[in-house]
Amino acid sequence: MKRLAWPLGMLAALLLVNLIFTDHFFQIEIKDGHLYGSLIDIFRFGAPLILVALGMTLVIATSGIDLSVGSVVAISGAMACLQITSLSSQDSIGGVLGAAGIALGLAVALGVGNGFLVAVIGIQPIIATLILMVAGRGLAQLISDGQIITVNSAPYKLIGGGYWLTLPFGIIIVAVVLALTAFFTRRLALGLLIESVGGNAEASRLSGIRSRGILIVVYAFCALCAGIAGLMISSNVSSADGNNAGLWIELDAILAVVIGGTSLAGGRFSLSGTVLGALIIQTLTTTIYSIGVPPETTLLFKALVVTIVCLLQSPAFRAKVFRNRRKPAPPAVSAEEKVTVAT
Amino acid sequence: MKTLALPRQLPRTLPRNYLPVLVTGALFLAMFVAGGIRYEGFATGQIILNVFIDNAFLLVVAVGMTFVILTGGIDLSVGSVVALTTMISASLLPSTPSFLVILLVLAIGGTLGAAMGAIIHYFEIQPFIVTLAGMFLARGLCYTIGTDSIPITDPTFTSIAQTHIVLGPDLWISPSVLIAVAVVVLATYTLHYTRTGRNVYAVGGNEQSALLMGLPVARTKIVVYTISGLCSALGGLLLSFYMLSGYGLHAVGMELDAIAAVVIGGTLLTGGSGYLLGTVLGVLVLGLIQTVISFEGTLSSWWTKIVIGLLLLIFILLQRLIVTTGATRDR
Repeated sequence: MKRLAWPLGMLAALLLVNLIFTDHFFQIEIKDGHLYGSLIDIFRFGAPLILVALGMTLVIATSGIDLSVGSVVAISGAMACLQITSLSSQDSIGGVLGAAGIALGLAVALGVGNGFLVAVIGIQPIIATLILMVAGRGLAQLISDGQIITVNSAPYKLIGGGYWLTLPFGIIIVAVVLALTAFFTRRLALGLLIESVGGNAEASRLSGIRSRGILIVVYAFCALCAGIAGLMISSNVSSADGNNAGLWIELDAILAVVIGGTSLAGGRFSLSGTVLGALIIQTLTTTIYSIGVPPETTLLFKALVVTIVCLLQSPAFRAKVFRNRRKPAPPAVSAEEKVTVAT
Repeated sequence: MKTLALPRQLPRTLPRNYLPVLVTGALFLAMFVAGGIRYEGFATGQIILNVFIDNAFLLVVAVGMTFVILTGGIDLSVGSVVALTTMISASLLPSTPSFLVILLVLAIGGTLGAAMGAIIHYFEIQPFIVTLAGMFLARGLCYTIGTDSIPITDPTFTSIAQTHIVLGPDLWISPSVLIAVAVVVLATYTLHYTRTGRNVYAVGGNEQSALLMGLPVARTKIVVYTISGLCSALGGLLLSFYMLSGYGLHAVGMELDAIAAVVIGGTLLTGGSGYLLGTVLGVLVLGLIQTVISFEGTLSSWWTKIVIGLLLLIFILLQRLIVTTGATRDR
């Protein structure tokens, strides 16, 4: 819990900025049985990022990285929209479920491919997934024939833009996926095994853990999350754009994971931290729009906030900068934080 | 990585450390020969030289990236620094002498790199994140300068851009290639024949051990990011010569090309192992893949991406296959 204090503080600070600069920011109201408000919007538009970041967390916990999630987002959206346009009635629930199933199946297959390259062939993860990142954009455009596919399907629209039980449907999906992930990794041994593989894949294998299987499962799960996010993004705008859907989402997702306190070196992870990290990034994006930062300087603003967040989170920075005010953290603490299963 | 590292003896003539580089070189030759058989007019010396001409800037950037990766770090900001360099050059050139502009952009690149290195070392933040922030920063600065493409009409820049250095009948290179080759030679010397170079390998091998041995870890880590920043700025200048324009959207995704080139060249992302020659070969492989695509001619833009991905996949699979059957991968 202590590790989450800094991300929580940062989120609170961002919300405070909004409170000062934006009227009615914290107002949540119910219109036509739906929840409305800026805070709900942060959750709603942040849902795809949270999903992608969840999958990325597990991959990073195995000391890997997945650069292909943005392409998988595009592929899954394109595939689902293509299937829906071929339905006789775009409003048939069974047809939409089938289309989503095919799209997610394709995403999982791509993830298994990534996992195979990393676990069985032994290619460095950044390169193994870079291949799909490059080729995947082409694949998405191939599926949509270089066009932007538009659909007009009420059940499909529900996934990314609809409401259920007064809540945006996307939030419900995120909650379900998060609960399942937390159950499998924290209530069962899977989380421990993942951390062990991340610490030292070879040592884990020698002690009887099926490293390869776990790596493949983790990459497949990451692609599945990206696939669901792709459905949400394309459903929200009722169209699939092979070129721009999910562009650079991998960087935001990795950023969210790291802000949440998961080390890129692998060996440990924090799901709640990742959700917080993703919310920080989404709040930042919302803040940029709501306080009216000119679009040319958006990136500068983002760079500034990211730097401040990371600096504040760094124990070394706090020890060096705040040492005049209170006793510096004893070296043992920082050493303890760095020690992972690996060493 | 997965196989147990059994002490298997290799023939004396094949130094194991050089194996990935040798394999990359052999596969590059194989690809060149295959291209020569498949396409008319492919197997000429000028094709290789064109690869150098079209990728001189990538080569320089990848050299800087090699230093960073050898210490176990990564630099995601290079593409944005390249774009920033073209943007600053293009916006300052009409009013400022060209040599001043060149010095200024090199200084900016170096300073940015040194700042990132200092943050990475002293505040113990992961290089991936610090340089990602650097990437946002540099790209953001580009858009603050301007959102449109600015043409470069400065006589010095245009004359460099149009100079052909003739090497023989039907063989020529641009001055950028000379600069890139000079950078490679200088970097190879630094990496293999100076104390700094040995420190780079030592820090990448095991930072803790390097520290305990009394090596200047802090200086080394800051120096490699400074080198990478300098190389990016120089790469940006070469791109300005090549494109004769400054634009905030130049070199998008170039950091990934540079990382791919370094890794294809056999350098491990965990640091401590790899050679500059491998990086040069990696850049040539990426360039040759582009050339093959352009000789194929009729591909639509999405098939181009798929084919690039497939060629990269085949190349890396072959490389892995040969390296693992030739030797067990250690480290």
